[in-house]
Amino acid sequence: MSLTNIAVEQLSKTFGRTTVLQDVDFEIDAGDMVALIGPSGSGKSTLLRLMVGLTRANREQRSRVTIMDRAVQQRGKLTRCSRAERCRVGYIFQQYNLVGRLSVLTNVLIGHLGSMPRGRALLGRFNRQERLRALEALSRVGLESLAGQRANTLSGGQMQRVAIARALVQDADIILADEPIASLDPRSAREVMKILQRINEEDGRTVLVTLHQVEYAREFCRRAIALKQGRLYYDDSIQHLTDARLQALYDDEGLCELFDRRPQQPDTITQPAAAGAAL
Amino acid sequence: MQSSSLSLASHKRRWLKLLGWGVILGALTWAWQGAEMQPGLLVKNTDNMVQLAGDFFPLRFGNLKHYIAQMLVTVQIAIWGTLLAVVFAIPCSLLSSENLVPWWVYQPMRRLMDACRAINELVFAMLFVVAVGLGPFAGTLALFIHTTGVLAKLFSEAVEATEAGPMEGVRVTGAGRIEEIIFGLIPQVLPLWISVSLYRFESNIRSATVLGMVGAGGIGVSLWETMRGFQYSETATIMLVIIVAVTLLDMVSQQVRKRFI
Repeated sequence: MSLTNIAVEQLSKTFGRTTVLQDVDFEIDAGDMVALIGPSGSGKSTLLRLMVGLTRANREQRSRVTIMDRAVQQRGKLTRCSRAERCRVGYIFQQYNLVGRLSVLTNVLIGHLGSMPRGRALLGRFNRQERLRALEALSRVGLESLAGQRANTLSGGQMQRVAIARALVQDADIILADEPIASLDPRSAREVMKILQRINEEDGRTVLVTLHQVEYAREFCRRAIALKQGRLYYDDSIQHLTDARLQALYDDEGLCELFDRRPQQPDTITQPAAAGAAL
Repeated sequence: MQSSSLSLASHKRRWLKLLGWGVILGALTWAWQGAEMQPGLLVKNTDNMVQLAGDFFPLRFGNLKHYIAQMLVTVQIAIWGTLLAVVFAIPCSLLSSENLVPWWVYQPMRRLMDACRAINELVFAMLFVVAVGLGPFAGTLALFIHTTGVLAKLFSEAVEATEAGPMEGVRVTGAGRIEEIIFGLIPQVLPLWISVSLYRFESNIRSATVLGMVGAGGIGVSLWETMRGFQYSETATIMLVIIVAVTLLDMVSQQVRKRFI
């Protein structure tokens, strides 16, 4: 297995006329815990959705998302991935996206669907071993006692933990979490972040989490990637994310202080302009 | 200034209101003529009607057993007609939902369902009597086709009103498209689907009572024959059987429905 887990190359996305992401590039190493930060509307959620193939990028020549050496999408087209390949990435949503009328246990068992034989998956016949693994995942997030309850009777924090348990059952090597704590109270938020941290440290799973509370990023993550107005603004260790940089990130001003590690070659700057002119 | 503009506005609104009433009255008059409404006839023919009403009584229960058996056949027709319709309406409704399939799938599917729905059960029954012969099977097929059209529309409306979130939640686990529908979508729409199906079952029992008039089985045959033979006391018994059966099944079905909402 290569050390690079996730590679995002030249990713752009426009919805109608608004550009949400422009030429975003970065790589994430296996086992890292990375915070994706930026003001609202900076394209964080879109970036995450692109990475898992829920949304397609613009059709640009070099745009590509690679996860564990397999392209998820290329030039704005989703590559055909087998179910086994797709279940290596777990995804956690801000709004949990559980199936409210199913029990907590069934919601966690859904994590098995990608890896179990098709016939059993279609009938929803989970075997004993799968049930045990689901219960184990539930106990890791501290919710084994609620297994039989309907998912829509839980609190937000509990639902988010169920969603994490689903990703654990899926045995994903990479966990992408889109604002997992944005709709939670501070205590549940901390709990969810701790669980994500444990998953990262104990299992060595790569975690990329979008956050808009920077304190959480500083406390739980090793590296930060920041987006501002759809462009990569910062990509470095979390310690180097100084208060001054943060202030500039959340400022309304333009992209004066662009990401400093980026090579300042003229062609990288003229290229987007040329593309714009060609359109 | 303000009060004058206010009174101007209320003036305008009053005129619009008057115009609205005028349009409604016009439409009603127009329909009155088309429908040849003659309430006078009700008064003029009172004697006639009293005699007819008198003919209904006393009810004759000699053939009651036969009528009950026929009513059971009617219910059986409704059961199978509805069940087949539900089974076929599920895939048809998924294929006519715009949040699941591209337009070149849902447009033709919707038009096909429109066609099934546009034609009354009774007309289908007459056609099926020709195709498969007299008897309850023709009636079952007629209910099946018509109800499929109705249920597919109602089912797909429920599908289009669902949230995309749970389906995405299932998709990102690596599950296939069909698992996504089974686990992410169906649980969301199931209560409504069940409720709508039971409601259609109730109305199919009512529809099935007339299928026999065109030879498609059930109690309609007896109803038609007794009426044509002027045996109104028999007709009254049949109507009583129908009322009791429909009321009972409506009550049962309502109780079941309540549990799913």
